[in-house]
Amino acid sequence: MIVKEAIHSVGSYFILLGKTFKKPESSKEYWKAFMRDLDYLGLNSVWIVAVISLFVGAIVTIQTAYNLDDPLIPDYYVALATRESIILEFSPTMISLILAGKVGSNIASTLGSMRVSEQIEALEVMGVNPASYLILPKTIALVLFNPILIIISMFLGIVGGYLAADYIGVVAPADFIQGLQLEFNSFYVAYALIKTMVFAFIIATISAYFGFYVKGGAVQVGINATKAVVTSSVAIIVANYILTQIILS
Amino acid sequence: MIEVREIHKSFGDQSVLKGISATFLQGKTNLVIGQSGSGKTVFLKSLVGLHEVDKGEIEYDGRKLAEMDDDAKKELRTEMGMVFQGNALFDSISIEDNVTFALGMFGKMPKDEMLDRANFCLKRVNLDGVNKKFPAELSGGMQKRVAIARAMVLNPKYLFCDEPNSGLDPKTAIVIDRLIQEITEEYNMTTVINTHDMNSVMEIGDQIIFIKEGRKAWEGSSEDILTSSNEAINDFVFSSALFRKIKAKL
Ligand SMILES: Nc1ncnc2c1ncn2[C@@H]1O[C@H](COP(=O)(O)OP(=O)(O)OP(=O)(O)O)[C@@H](O)[C@H]1O
Ligand SMILES: [Mg+2]
Repeated sequence: MIVKEAIHSVGSYFILLGKTFKKPESSKEYWKAFMRDLDYLGLNSVWIVAVISLFVGAIVTIQTAYNLDDPLIPDYYVALATRESIILEFSPTMISLILAGKVGSNIASTLGSMRVSEQIEALEVMGVNPASYLILPKTIALVLFNPILIIISMFLGIVGGYLAADYIGVVAPADFIQGLQLEFNSFYVAYALIKTMVFAFIIATISAYFGFYVKGGAVQVGINATKAVVTSSVAIIVANYILTQIILS
Repeated sequence: MIEVREIHKSFGDQSVLKGISATFLQGKTNLVIGQSGSGKTVFLKSLVGLHEVDKGEIEYDGRKLAEMDDDAKKELRTEMGMVFQGNALFDSISIEDNVTFALGMFGKMPKDEMLDRANFCLKRVNLDGVNKKFPAELSGGMQKRVAIARAMVLNPKYLFCDEPNSGLDPKTAIVIDRLIQEITEEYNMTTVINTHDMNSVMEIGDQIIFIKEGRKAWEGSSEDILTSSNEAINDFVFSSALFRKIKAKL
Protein backbone atom coordinates (compact mmCIF):
# COMPACT_ATOMS: atom_id res chain seq x y z
CA MET A 1 0.00 0.00 0.00
CA ILE A 2 2.60 2.54 1.10
CA VAL A 3 4.97 1.33 -1.61
CA LYS A 4 2.26 1.71 -4.23
CA GLU A 5 1.49 5.22 -3.02
CA ALA A 6 5.16 6.15 -3.05
CA ILE A 7 5.59 4.92 -6.62
CA HIS A 8 2.48 6.83 -7.63
CA SER A 9 3.84 10.02 -6.01
CA VAL A 10 7.22 9.68 -7.70
CA GLY A 11 5.43 9.17 -11.01
CA SER A 12 3.25 12.23 -10.65
CA TYR A 13 6.27 14.25 -9.49
CA PHE A 14 8.02 13.51 -12.77
CA ILE A 15 4.86 14.22 -14.75
CA LEU A 16 4.66 17.59 -13.02
CA LEU A 17 8.31 18.23 -13.94
CA GLY A 18 7.39 17.48 -17.54
CA LYS A 19 4.62 20.07 -17.40
CA THR A 20 6.92 22.57 -15.72
CA PHE A 21 9.65 22.58 -18.32
CA LYS A 22 7.56 23.80 -21.23
CA LYS A 23 7.88 26.86 -23.37
CA PRO A 24 6.55 29.93 -21.48
CA GLU A 25 3.47 31.67 -22.88
CA SER A 26 5.06 35.06 -22.40
CA SER A 27 8.72 35.58 -21.61
CA LYS A 28 7.93 39.01 -20.19
CA GLU A 29 5.46 37.69 -17.60
CA TYR A 30 7.74 34.80 -16.65
CA TRP A 31 10.62 37.21 -16.23
CA LYS A 32 8.49 39.31 -13.88
CA ALA A 33 7.62 36.22 -11.88
CA PHE A 34 11.29 35.23 -11.80
CA MET A 35 12.34 38.62 -10.42
CA ARG A 36 9.60 38.43 -7.77
CA ASP A 37 10.73 34.96 -6.72
CA LEU A 38 14.38 35.93 -6.71
CA ASP A 39 13.57 38.67 -4.26
CA TYR A 40 11.14 36.67 -2.19
CA LEU A 41 12.91 33.31 -2.03
CA GLY A 42 16.52 34.36 -2.53
CA LEU A 43 17.38 37.81 -1.22
CA ASN A 44 15.04 37.30 1.71
CA SER A 45 17.19 34.41 2.91
CA VAL A 46 20.49 36.30 3.03
CA TRP A 47 20.20 37.46 6.62
CA ILE A 48 19.40 34.08 8.14
CA VAL A 49 22.17 32.40 6.15
CA ALA A 50 24.59 35.11 7.27
CA VAL A 51 23.75 34.87 10.96
CA ILE A 52 23.83 31.09 11.09
CA SER A 53 27.07 30.84 9.10
CA LEU A 54 28.89 33.37 11.25
CA PHE A 55 28.03 31.54 14.46
CA VAL A 56 28.51 28.01 13.18
CA GLY A 57 31.92 29.01 11.79
CA ALA A 58 32.85 30.30 15.22
CA ILE A 59 31.60 27.18 16.97
CA VAL A 60 33.37 24.80 14.60
CA THR A 61 36.64 26.65 15.17
CA ILE A 62 36.34 26.64 18.94
CA GLN A 63 35.45 22.96 19.10
CA THR A 64 38.21 21.99 16.71
CA ALA A 65 40.68 24.03 18.70
CA TYR A 66 39.75 22.36 21.98
CA ASN A 67 39.82 18.90 20.44
CA LEU A 68 43.18 19.44 18.75
CA ASP A 69 44.76 20.62 21.97
CA ASP A 70 47.91 18.62 21.34
CA PRO A 71 51.39 20.19 21.35
CA LEU A 72 52.40 18.05 18.33
CA ILE A 73 49.68 19.49 16.07
CA PRO A 74 50.38 23.04 14.92
CA ASP A 75 47.69 25.66 15.67
CA TYR A 76 47.07 26.50 12.04
CA TYR A 77 45.49 23.08 11.49
CA VAL A 78 42.45 24.42 13.30
CA ALA A 79 41.89 26.91 10.47
CA LEU A 80 42.39 24.22 7.86
CA ALA A 81 39.88 21.91 9.55
CA THR A 82 37.36 24.73 9.90
CA ARG A 83 37.77 25.64 6.25
CA GLU A 84 37.26 22.07 5.04
CA SER A 85 34.21 21.34 7.14
CA ILE A 86 32.55 24.62 6.18
CA ILE A 87 33.24 24.37 2.46
CA LEU A 88 32.58 20.66 2.08
CA GLU A 89 29.59 20.07 4.27
CA PHE A 90 28.32 22.86 6.46
CA SER A 91 27.63 25.49 3.82
CA PRO A 92 26.28 23.37 0.97
CA THR A 93 24.42 20.75 2.96
CA MET A 94 23.41 22.28 6.28
CA ILE A 95 22.42 25.62 4.78
CA SER A 96 20.46 23.83 2.05
CA LEU A 97 18.61 21.91 4.76
CA ILE A 98 17.78 25.16 6.49
CA LEU A 99 16.60 26.60 3.18
CA ALA A 100 14.48 23.49 2.61
CA GLY A 101 12.67 24.48 5.78
CA LYS A 102 12.42 28.18 5.07
CA VAL A 103 11.91 28.32 1.32
CA GLY A 104 10.37 24.88 0.87
CA SER A 105 7.53 25.47 3.29
CA ASN A 106 6.96 28.85 1.69
CA ILE A 107 6.67 27.40 -1.82
CA ALA A 108 4.45 24.52 -0.72
CA SER A 109 2.05 26.66 1.27
CA THR A 110 1.85 29.38 -1.39
CA LEU A 111 1.01 26.91 -4.14
CA GLY A 112 -1.27 24.97 -1.79
CA SER A 113 -3.32 28.04 -0.95
CA MET A 114 -3.55 28.88 -4.64
CA ARG A 115 -4.81 25.38 -5.30
CA VAL A 116 -7.52 25.40 -2.64
CA SER A 117 -8.73 28.89 -3.59
CA GLU A 118 -8.98 27.78 -7.25
CA GLN A 119 -6.33 30.24 -8.42
CA ILE A 120 -4.47 27.44 -10.17
CA GLU A 121 -7.65 26.46 -12.01
CA ALA A 122 -8.19 30.11 -12.89
CA LEU A 123 -4.75 30.19 -14.54
CA GLU A 124 -5.52 27.01 -16.41
CA VAL A 125 -8.82 28.33 -17.79
CA MET A 126 -7.00 31.43 -19.01
CA GLY A 127 -4.82 29.19 -21.13
CA VAL A 128 -1.75 29.61 -18.95
CA ASN A 129 0.22 26.48 -18.03
CA PRO A 130 0.04 26.80 -14.23
CA ALA A 131 2.81 24.29 -13.55
CA SER A 132 5.22 26.16 -15.73
CA TYR A 133 4.20 29.67 -14.70
CA LEU A 134 4.26 28.91 -10.98
CA ILE A 135 7.16 26.46 -10.68
CA LEU A 136 9.68 27.27 -13.42
CA PRO A 137 10.59 30.81 -12.22
CA LYS A 138 10.94 29.58 -8.63
CA THR A 139 13.16 26.69 -9.66
CA ILE A 140 15.44 28.85 -11.77
CA ALA A 141 15.59 31.50 -9.06
CA LEU A 142 16.72 28.97 -6.45
CA VAL A 143 19.18 27.13 -8.69
CA LEU A 144 20.85 30.41 -9.62
CA PHE A 145 20.68 32.17 -6.28
CA ASN A 146 21.39 29.42 -3.74
CA PRO A 147 25.03 29.11 -4.92
CA ILE A 148 25.42 32.81 -4.14
CA LEU A 149 23.97 32.21 -0.69
CA ILE A 150 26.39 29.35 -0.17
CA ILE A 151 29.38 31.47 -1.18
CA ILE A 152 28.25 34.09 1.31
CA SER A 153 27.88 31.33 3.88
CA MET A 154 31.39 29.95 3.23
CA PHE A 155 32.91 33.37 3.50
CA LEU A 156 31.07 34.33 6.68
CA GLY A 157 31.62 30.92 8.25
CA ILE A 158 35.35 31.34 7.90
CA VAL A 159 35.16 34.94 9.11
CA GLY A 160 33.23 33.69 12.14
CA GLY A 161 35.96 31.13 12.79
CA TYR A 162 38.69 33.73 12.48
CA LEU A 163 36.97 36.13 14.86
CA ALA A 164 36.32 33.42 17.42
CA ALA A 165 39.87 32.12 17.26
CA ASP A 166 41.21 35.59 17.79
CA TYR A 167 38.73 36.58 20.48
CA ILE A 168 39.13 33.46 22.60
CA GLY A 169 42.80 33.26 21.79
CA VAL A 170 42.91 29.62 20.70
CA VAL A 171 44.69 30.40 17.43
CA ALA A 172 46.71 33.50 16.62
CA PRO A 173 45.36 35.48 13.61
CA ALA A 174 48.53 34.95 11.59
CA ASP A 175 48.41 31.19 12.18
CA PHE A 176 44.74 31.12 11.24
CA ILE A 177 45.42 32.88 7.94
CA GLN A 178 48.31 30.54 7.24
CA GLY A 179 46.10 27.53 7.94
CA LEU A 180 43.39 28.82 5.64
CA GLN A 181 45.81 28.91 2.71
CA LEU A 182 47.33 25.52 3.40
CA GLU A 183 46.60 22.79 0.85
CA PHE A 184 43.66 24.73 -0.51
CA ASN A 185 41.84 22.77 -3.19
CA SER A 186 39.56 24.99 -5.26
CA PHE A 187 37.83 21.92 -6.67
CA TYR A 188 36.15 21.51 -3.29
CA VAL A 189 34.39 24.83 -3.81
CA ALA A 190 33.19 23.75 -7.23
CA TYR A 191 32.00 20.47 -5.74
CA ALA A 192 30.08 22.35 -3.06
CA LEU A 193 28.42 24.63 -5.60
CA ILE A 194 27.38 21.72 -7.82
CA LYS A 195 25.82 20.06 -4.77
CA THR A 196 24.06 23.29 -3.88
CA MET A 197 22.48 23.57 -7.31
CA VAL A 198 21.18 20.02 -7.15
CA PHE A 199 19.80 20.67 -3.66
CA ALA A 200 18.16 23.89 -4.85
CA PHE A 201 16.43 21.99 -7.64
CA ILE A 202 15.25 19.42 -5.10
CA ILE A 203 13.90 22.07 -2.72
CA ALA A 204 12.03 23.98 -5.43
CA THR A 205 10.47 21.08 -7.29
CA ILE A 206 9.61 18.75 -4.40
CA SER A 207 8.04 21.57 -2.39
CA ALA A 208 6.16 22.75 -5.46
CA TYR A 209 4.89 19.22 -6.03
CA PHE A 210 3.44 19.01 -2.53
CA GLY A 211 1.84 22.43 -2.84
CA PHE A 212 0.53 22.00 -6.35
CA TYR A 213 -1.47 18.87 -5.58
CA VAL A 214 -3.07 19.87 -2.28
CA LYS A 215 -6.60 18.54 -2.00
CA GLY A 216 -8.86 20.00 0.65
CA GLY A 217 -8.46 23.13 2.71
CA ALA A 218 -6.22 25.07 5.08
CA VAL A 219 -5.35 22.06 7.24
CA GLN A 220 -4.22 20.10 4.22
CA VAL A 221 -2.07 23.03 3.09
CA GLY A 222 -0.29 22.85 6.43
CA ILE A 223 0.11 19.09 6.29
CA ASN A 224 1.55 19.26 2.78
CA ALA A 225 3.94 22.08 3.70
CA THR A 226 5.33 19.84 6.43
CA LYS A 227 5.59 16.91 4.03
CA ALA A 228 7.40 19.17 1.57
CA VAL A 229 10.07 20.07 4.13
CA VAL A 230 10.51 16.51 5.37
CA THR A 231 10.67 14.96 1.91
CA SER A 232 13.03 17.53 0.44
CA SER A 233 15.31 17.26 3.48
CA VAL A 234 15.53 13.49 3.12
CA ALA A 235 16.07 13.86 -0.63
CA ILE A 236 18.90 16.32 0.01
CA ILE A 237 20.65 13.92 2.37
CA VAL A 238 20.31 11.02 -0.06
CA ALA A 239 21.47 13.17 -2.98
CA ASN A 240 24.38 14.37 -0.86
CA TYR A 241 25.50 10.79 -0.31
CA ILE A 242 25.23 9.92 -3.99
CA LEU A 243 26.95 13.09 -5.21
CA THR A 244 29.79 12.68 -2.74
CA GLN A 245 30.36 9.15 -4.04
CA ILE A 246 30.27 10.27 -7.66
CA ILE A 247 32.23 13.50 -7.49
CA LEU A 248 34.83 12.87 -4.84
CA SER A 249 35.73 9.27 -5.65
CA MET B 1 -22.18 27.49 -29.81
CA ILE B 2 -21.31 24.82 -27.29
CA GLU B 3 -22.80 21.38 -27.60
CA VAL B 4 -22.80 18.95 -24.73
CA ARG B 5 -23.75 15.33 -25.33
CA GLU B 6 -24.54 12.85 -22.60
CA ILE B 7 -21.79 13.80 -20.20
CA HIS B 8 -21.17 11.69 -17.11
CA LYS B 9 -18.93 12.54 -14.20
CA SER B 10 -18.37 10.72 -10.92
CA PHE B 11 -16.06 11.21 -7.98
CA GLY B 12 -15.21 7.84 -6.52
CA ASP B 13 -18.51 6.05 -6.24
CA GLN B 14 -20.54 9.27 -6.15
CA SER B 15 -22.06 9.89 -9.53
CA VAL B 16 -22.64 13.64 -9.97
CA LEU B 17 -23.53 14.09 -13.64
CA LYS B 18 -25.57 11.26 -15.07
CA GLY B 19 -25.81 11.96 -18.77
CA ILE B 20 -26.54 15.63 -19.44
CA SER B 21 -27.01 17.01 -22.93
CA ALA B 22 -27.49 20.65 -23.83
CA THR B 23 -26.91 23.18 -26.58
CA PHE B 24 -25.72 26.64 -25.61
CA LEU B 25 -26.33 29.17 -28.33
CA GLN B 26 -24.13 32.05 -29.36
CA GLY B 27 -25.32 35.55 -28.42
CA LYS B 28 -27.56 34.15 -25.70
CA THR B 29 -27.31 34.00 -21.93
CA ASN B 30 -27.74 30.32 -21.18
CA LEU B 31 -28.63 29.56 -17.58
CA VAL B 32 -27.98 26.41 -15.61
CA ILE B 33 -30.15 26.23 -12.52
CA GLY B 34 -30.52 23.66 -9.79
CA GLN B 35 -30.38 23.12 -6.09
CA SER B 36 -27.24 23.53 -4.08
CA GLY B 37 -25.20 20.38 -4.52
CA SER B 38 -26.98 19.36 -7.71
CA GLY B 39 -23.78 19.52 -9.74
CA LYS B 40 -23.85 22.94 -11.43
CA THR B 41 -20.23 23.73 -10.61
CA VAL B 42 -19.08 20.26 -11.62
CA PHE B 43 -21.00 20.71 -14.88
CA LEU B 44 -19.40 24.08 -15.62
CA LYS B 45 -15.90 22.84 -14.76
CA SER B 46 -16.45 19.82 -16.98
CA LEU B 47 -17.47 22.13 -19.83
CA VAL B 48 -14.19 24.02 -19.71
CA GLY B 49 -12.16 20.86 -19.19
CA LEU B 50 -11.10 21.42 -15.59
CA HIS B 51 -12.80 18.13 -14.79
CA GLU B 52 -12.29 15.35 -17.25
CA VAL B 53 -15.65 13.75 -18.01
CA ASP B 54 -16.02 9.98 -17.74
CA LYS B 55 -18.26 9.73 -20.76
CA GLY B 56 -19.84 12.04 -23.31
CA GLU B 57 -18.76 14.80 -25.64
CA ILE B 58 -18.25 18.54 -25.47
CA GLU B 59 -17.92 20.52 -28.66
CA TYR B 60 -16.95 24.17 -29.11
CA ASP B 61 -18.22 25.30 -32.49
CA GLY B 62 -17.41 21.94 -33.94
CA ARG B 63 -14.11 21.47 -32.06
CA LYS B 64 -14.26 18.44 -29.81
CA LEU B 65 -12.68 19.08 -26.42
CA ALA B 66 -11.67 15.45 -25.91
CA GLU B 67 -9.70 15.39 -29.16
CA MET B 68 -7.63 18.46 -28.39
CA ASP B 69 -4.00 18.20 -27.37
CA ASP B 70 -2.56 20.52 -24.73
CA ASP B 71 -1.72 23.26 -27.22
CA ALA B 72 -5.14 23.21 -28.86
CA LYS B 73 -6.76 23.33 -25.44
CA LYS B 74 -4.63 26.31 -24.46
CA GLU B 75 -5.57 28.01 -27.69
CA LEU B 76 -9.27 27.43 -27.00
CA ARG B 77 -8.88 28.72 -23.48
CA THR B 78 -7.56 32.05 -24.62
CA GLU B 79 -11.07 32.45 -26.07
CA MET B 80 -12.67 31.75 -22.69
CA GLY B 81 -13.47 33.88 -19.69
CA MET B 82 -14.54 32.31 -16.44
CA VAL B 83 -15.89 33.60 -13.14
CA PHE B 84 -15.45 31.04 -10.36
CA GLN B 85 -17.96 30.58 -7.58
CA GLY B 86 -15.26 31.57 -5.07
CA ASN B 87 -13.85 34.33 -7.34
CA ALA B 88 -10.36 32.79 -7.50
CA LEU B 89 -8.67 36.19 -7.74
CA PHE B 90 -4.87 36.13 -7.62
CA ASP B 91 -4.38 37.28 -4.05
CA SER B 92 -0.74 38.30 -4.27
CA ILE B 93 -1.25 40.95 -6.96
CA SER B 94 -3.34 44.12 -7.14
CA ILE B 95 -6.82 44.42 -8.63
CA GLU B 96 -5.40 46.16 -11.67
CA ASP B 97 -2.84 43.40 -12.19
CA ASN B 98 -5.56 40.78 -11.81
CA VAL B 99 -7.59 42.35 -14.58
CA THR B 100 -4.64 42.95 -16.91
CA PHE B 101 -3.11 39.52 -16.21
CA ALA B 102 -4.42 37.79 -19.33
CA LEU B 103 -3.63 40.85 -21.46
CA GLY B 104 -0.01 40.73 -20.32
CA MET B 105 0.20 37.01 -20.92
CA PHE B 106 -1.39 36.89 -24.35
CA GLY B 107 -1.88 40.43 -25.61
CA LYS B 108 0.59 42.54 -27.49
CA MET B 109 -0.72 45.82 -26.06
CA PRO B 110 1.49 48.55 -24.67
CA LYS B 111 1.15 49.08 -20.94
CA ASP B 112 -1.07 52.18 -21.02
CA GLU B 113 -3.52 50.55 -23.41
CA MET B 114 -3.74 47.59 -21.04
CA LEU B 115 -4.54 49.93 -18.19
CA ASP B 116 -7.20 51.68 -20.25
CA ARG B 117 -8.79 48.34 -21.02
CA ALA B 118 -8.67 47.32 -17.33
CA ASN B 119 -10.25 50.59 -16.27
CA PHE B 120 -12.94 50.19 -18.89
CA CYS B 121 -13.82 46.72 -17.61
CA LEU B 122 -13.73 47.80 -13.97
CA LYS B 123 -16.02 50.71 -14.75
CA ARG B 124 -18.51 48.39 -16.39
CA VAL B 125 -18.82 46.44 -13.15
CA ASN B 126 -19.21 49.71 -11.23
CA LEU B 127 -15.80 49.63 -9.58
CA ASP B 128 -13.83 52.81 -9.29
CA GLY B 129 -10.65 53.68 -7.48
CA VAL B 130 -9.74 50.17 -6.37
CA ASN B 131 -6.96 49.61 -8.92
CA LYS B 132 -4.13 49.53 -6.45
CA LYS B 133 -5.90 47.54 -3.74
CA PHE B 134 -5.44 43.82 -3.15
CA PRO B 135 -8.28 41.29 -3.34
CA ALA B 136 -8.33 40.77 0.43
CA GLU B 137 -9.03 44.47 0.88
CA LEU B 138 -12.33 44.31 -1.01
CA SER B 139 -15.74 43.09 0.09
CA GLY B 140 -17.04 39.79 -1.25
CA GLY B 141 -19.34 41.47 -3.74
CA MET B 142 -16.57 43.74 -4.97
CA GLN B 143 -14.27 40.74 -5.44
CA LYS B 144 -16.99 39.07 -7.48
CA ARG B 145 -17.19 42.12 -9.71
CA VAL B 146 -13.41 42.15 -10.17
CA ALA B 147 -13.66 38.49 -11.19
CA ILE B 148 -16.22 39.45 -13.82
CA ALA B 149 -14.04 42.29 -15.08
CA ARG B 150 -11.10 39.88 -15.29
CA ALA B 151 -13.17 37.36 -17.24
CA MET B 152 -14.32 39.88 -19.83
CA VAL B 153 -11.02 41.63 -20.39
CA LEU B 154 -10.03 39.69 -23.51
CA ASN B 155 -13.51 39.87 -25.07
CA PRO B 156 -13.92 36.13 -24.79
CA LYS B 157 -15.89 34.12 -27.27
CA TYR B 158 -17.14 31.89 -24.47
CA LEU B 159 -18.06 33.25 -21.06
CA PHE B 160 -18.71 31.05 -18.02
CA CYS B 161 -20.01 32.43 -14.76
CA ASP B 162 -20.55 30.34 -11.65
CA GLU B 163 -23.10 32.25 -9.59
CA PRO B 164 -21.93 35.70 -10.68
CA ASN B 165 -24.30 37.53 -8.39
CA SER B 166 -24.27 35.47 -5.24
CA GLY B 167 -23.32 37.75 -2.38
CA LEU B 168 -24.51 40.88 -4.19
CA ASP B 169 -27.43 43.05 -3.13
CA PRO B 170 -30.49 42.85 -5.41
CA LYS B 171 -29.71 46.12 -7.14
CA THR B 172 -26.07 45.33 -7.92
CA ALA B 173 -27.08 41.80 -8.84
CA ILE B 174 -29.39 43.14 -11.53
CA VAL B 175 -26.67 45.49 -12.78
CA ILE B 176 -24.31 42.52 -13.12
CA ASP B 177 -26.95 40.36 -14.78
CA ARG B 178 -27.73 43.08 -17.32
CA LEU B 179 -24.04 43.68 -17.92
CA ILE B 180 -23.48 40.01 -18.71
CA GLN B 181 -26.46 39.96 -21.01
CA GLU B 182 -25.35 43.17 -22.70
CA ILE B 183 -21.81 42.03 -23.45
CA THR B 184 -23.11 38.65 -24.54
CA GLU B 185 -25.26 40.29 -27.19
CA GLU B 186 -22.79 43.04 -28.04
CA TYR B 187 -19.86 40.68 -28.70
CA ASN B 188 -21.98 37.71 -29.73
CA MET B 189 -20.55 35.51 -27.00
CA THR B 190 -21.71 32.09 -25.94
CA THR B 191 -22.44 32.59 -22.27
CA VAL B 192 -23.23 29.94 -19.67
CA ILE B 193 -24.27 31.02 -16.19
CA ASN B 194 -24.85 28.92 -13.10
CA THR B 195 -27.37 30.44 -10.76
CA HIS B 196 -30.08 29.75 -8.27
CA ASP B 197 -31.14 33.36 -8.13
CA MET B 198 -34.73 33.63 -9.36
CA ASN B 199 -34.34 37.30 -10.18
CA SER B 200 -31.61 36.43 -12.68
CA VAL B 201 -33.69 33.64 -14.10
CA MET B 202 -36.52 36.02 -14.84
CA GLU B 203 -34.29 38.87 -15.93
CA ILE B 204 -31.85 37.23 -18.32
CA GLY B 205 -32.97 33.63 -18.82
CA ASP B 206 -32.90 33.36 -22.62
CA GLN B 207 -32.46 29.66 -22.36
CA ILE B 208 -32.46 27.68 -19.15
CA ILE B 209 -31.61 24.13 -18.22
CA PHE B 210 -32.60 22.77 -14.86
CA ILE B 211 -30.39 20.10 -13.30
CA LYS B 212 -31.79 17.73 -10.74
CA GLU B 213 -30.03 14.71 -9.31
CA GLY B 214 -27.43 14.75 -12.04
CA ARG B 215 -29.89 14.85 -14.91
CA LYS B 216 -31.46 17.59 -16.98
CA ALA B 217 -35.00 17.74 -15.58
CA TRP B 218 -36.32 20.64 -17.60
CA GLU B 219 -35.37 23.07 -20.36
CA GLY B 220 -36.94 26.29 -21.66
CA SER B 221 -37.01 30.09 -21.40
CA SER B 222 -37.92 32.29 -18.45
CA GLU B 223 -41.41 32.71 -19.85
CA ASP B 224 -41.85 28.97 -20.18
CA ILE B 225 -41.11 28.60 -16.47
CA LEU B 226 -44.19 30.60 -15.49
CA THR B 227 -46.50 28.39 -17.44
CA SER B 228 -44.72 25.07 -17.18
CA SER B 229 -46.55 22.14 -15.71
CA ASN B 230 -43.31 20.27 -15.05
CA GLU B 231 -43.45 19.29 -11.42
CA ALA B 232 -39.72 19.35 -10.75
CA ILE B 233 -39.20 22.87 -12.03
CA ASN B 234 -42.31 24.19 -10.32
CA ASP B 235 -41.21 22.65 -7.11
CA PHE B 236 -37.80 24.32 -7.43
CA VAL B 237 -38.85 27.78 -8.64
CA PHE B 238 -42.04 28.22 -6.70
CA SER B 239 -40.74 26.98 -3.42
CA SER B 240 -41.86 30.05 -1.49
CA ALA B 241 -45.51 30.60 -0.54
CA LEU B 242 -45.51 34.01 -2.20
CA PHE B 243 -44.29 32.65 -5.53
CA ARG B 244 -46.86 29.88 -5.38
CA LYS B 245 -49.60 32.43 -4.88
CA ILE B 246 -48.36 34.48 -7.84
CA LYS B 247 -48.19 31.39 -10.00
CA ALA B 248 -51.76 30.45 -9.06
CA LYS B 249 -52.96 33.82 -10.26
CA LEU B 250 -51.32 33.47 -13.67
N1 LIG C 1 -13.65 17.71 -6.48
C1 LIG C 1 -14.67 16.98 -5.98
N2 LIG C 1 -14.43 15.79 -5.42
C2 LIG C 1 -15.45 15.05 -4.92
N3 LIG C 1 -16.75 15.42 -4.95
C3 LIG C 1 -17.05 16.59 -5.51
C4 LIG C 1 -16.04 17.44 -6.05
N4 LIG C 1 -16.62 18.55 -6.53
C5 LIG C 1 -17.94 18.40 -6.29
N5 LIG C 1 -18.21 17.24 -5.69
C6 LIG C 1 -19.55 16.74 -5.31
O1 LIG C 1 -20.41 16.93 -6.40
C7 LIG C 1 -21.68 17.37 -5.99
C8 LIG C 1 -22.11 18.59 -6.75
O2 LIG C 1 -21.30 19.67 -6.36
P1 LIG C 1 -21.35 21.09 -7.07
O3 LIG C 1 -20.29 21.92 -6.48
O4 LIG C 1 -21.32 20.92 -8.53
O5 LIG C 1 -22.78 21.63 -6.62
P2 LIG C 1 -23.49 22.99 -7.07
O6 LIG C 1 -24.71 22.64 -7.81
O7 LIG C 1 -22.53 23.87 -7.74
O8 LIG C 1 -23.91 23.58 -5.66
P3 LIG C 1 -23.92 25.11 -5.16
O9 LIG C 1 -25.13 25.74 -5.72
O10 LIG C 1 -24.00 24.98 -3.69
O11 LIG C 1 -22.67 25.74 -5.62
C9 LIG C 1 -21.62 17.57 -4.48
O12 LIG C 1 -22.26 16.48 -3.86
C10 LIG C 1 -20.15 17.54 -4.17
O13 LIG C 1 -19.95 16.89 -2.95
MG1 LIG D 1 -21.58 25.57 -7.29
